[in-house]
Amino acid sequence: MTLLRLDSVTRQFGGLIAVDAVSFDVPAQGVTAIIGPNGAGKTTLFNVISGFVAPSEGHVLFAGEHITGLPPEAIAKRGLVRTFQLAQLFDNLTVLENVKVGRHLHTTGGLLAALMPFRAAHSEAEVEETSRALLQQVGLASQAGMLASMLPYGRKRLLEIARALAAEPKLLLLDEPAAGLNRDETTRLASLLRQIASSGIAVLLIEHDMSLVMNVADRIAVLDFGKLIAQGTPSDVQQNPDVIAAYLGTAVAAHA
Amino acid sequence: MNLRASIWAEAQRNAALLALWVLAAALIAYVFVTGGYLIAVLHFAAIYVIFVTGLNIFMGYAGQVSFGHNAFAAISGYTSAVLTANHGWESLPAAALGLSGALACALIVGYPTLRLRGHYLAMATLAIGLIVYEVAVQWGSVTKGYMGISGIPPLGVGPWTVTSDRALLVLLILFAALAVLAAAGIRRSRLGRAFVAIAGSEDAARALGIDVAHYKLVAFLISAFYAGVAGSLFVHAVGFVSPEVYGLHMVVLAFTMLYVGGIGTVAGSALGALVIALLPETIRKLSDYQDLAYGGLLILILIYAPGGLASLSQFWSPKRRTEGA
Repeated sequence: MTLLRLDSVTRQFGGLIAVDAVSFDVPAQGVTAIIGPNGAGKTTLFNVISGFVAPSEGHVLFAGEHITGLPPEAIAKRGLVRTFQLAQLFDNLTVLENVKVGRHLHTTGGLLAALMPFRAAHSEAEVEETSRALLQQVGLASQAGMLASMLPYGRKRLLEIARALAAEPKLLLLDEPAAGLNRDETTRLASLLRQIASSGIAVLLIEHDMSLVMNVADRIAVLDFGKLIAQGTPSDVQQNPDVIAAYLGTAVAAHA
Repeated sequence: MNLRASIWAEAQRNAALLALWVLAAALIAYVFVTGGYLIAVLHFAAIYVIFVTGLNIFMGYAGQVSFGHNAFAAISGYTSAVLTANHGWESLPAAALGLSGALACALIVGYPTLRLRGHYLAMATLAIGLIVYEVAVQWGSVTKGYMGISGIPPLGVGPWTVTSDRALLVLLILFAALAVLAAAGIRRSRLGRAFVAIAGSEDAARALGIDVAHYKLVAFLISAFYAGVAGSLFVHAVGFVSPEVYGLHMVVLAFTMLYVGGIGTVAGSALGALVIALLPETIRKLSDYQDLAYGGLLILILIYAPGGLASLSQFWSPKRRTEGA
């Protein structure tokens, strides 16, 4: 079953075509990875999908509905939640509070609840419990009370994932989650990603770390100069001559 | 960081804040007993606690900038003054109308500008502050211009009025305490988390489904409400109002209080208001240079203690919380 469908999505910045008529489907299960050389348009594609950038042409469908041009918060509400290439934490808040913010869509209450805390006590207890469980899951439970800005980089990435999970996404978009992680942390991230996927959340990630991608991805889409040049299972993609050319350069390109 | 160390650090942090609160309470009790001119100073301090606590919700929690909250205080304050002094209204309905006016104005200014990123709102608030000031000066038939309105009756409901200075002090402290408690409640709630998330990263907040424009507007309206309450209380406490009361000086003063106390923290903004309101009494001789002194203080605080008074406790905790894990 298709969860996310891109229908010839194009995004231009002036004369530059960052994403060029890309069409592909992301199924509702498993881990899908988008790979490609630097500047291939991966992050722009993510920004289009998550509503931070409007496409110049084409459509994005999520769970069968058009989400093209919707603002990010409306897209998040439908169950599509993203992280950022440079971890965008709430540095002014503690680790635990960061995750609590992620519960926004699944709680209610405005000013009235704020002024009468006893009325919100039940939902606050739920928020606390869920958030702590998520910190446990990503291995940050012991840092719950620390300011998010104090975390080492690798753990910031994990916190960002925990916070996104708090929003109970149907599809989780991760923009280079392994960037800046050491070997141990990457191994841990791989098992976390499998764990997330097996809990029924579809994962779409952009990644440069090939060993991670080959390890965890069920399907891979390859972008080069904004165009989709290949897609398939990891082994298909590894043997695809276009992909090899894009990464290593063709004989012609090497001589040019 | 192990558990015992973190509990100890937390206790010390709270002890430092507690000490400051005890000091403030002792001071209030002392003034309450001795009476005299200092009571009026504390009236002023309590009103500014309300104003600054509200401003902190918008600037500290939500991380936005407003140079024009004096406008909301002025709208509500002048409405109270004109209706009670000239038209014989009760103070409560007059204040209610004034607050509605302040909120309506905040909505008109905030709705379009808060949808934009950047400093549009800061500029718009600066403009509205100046406009309201000019209206107060020029609309002589109602506001009596620079002369101001005097003979504003004290706060009261029906036959009960708050006439004694001490009773008024108790009432104002009650209002201030309520304002601070409400702000603390907001900070711990879902609403407050949305505010602080916006201050942390608008993109991340939106990616988690937070409607940034909506919550900025809510924060703006709440803080305008606080400003309006402070404005109306002021005219009844002093019995007089003129345009200068709500001039640009009010903005400078509130900013000083906010940053000296510690922007973003509930206790900090309240303490800052208390300290700065009392400061001129301790350095009276500087009266001509007051704004200069405020400005100098503000710069020093921003350089050496950007977290304000509320963060000072960190300086005497044994281990500064830098590296954890």
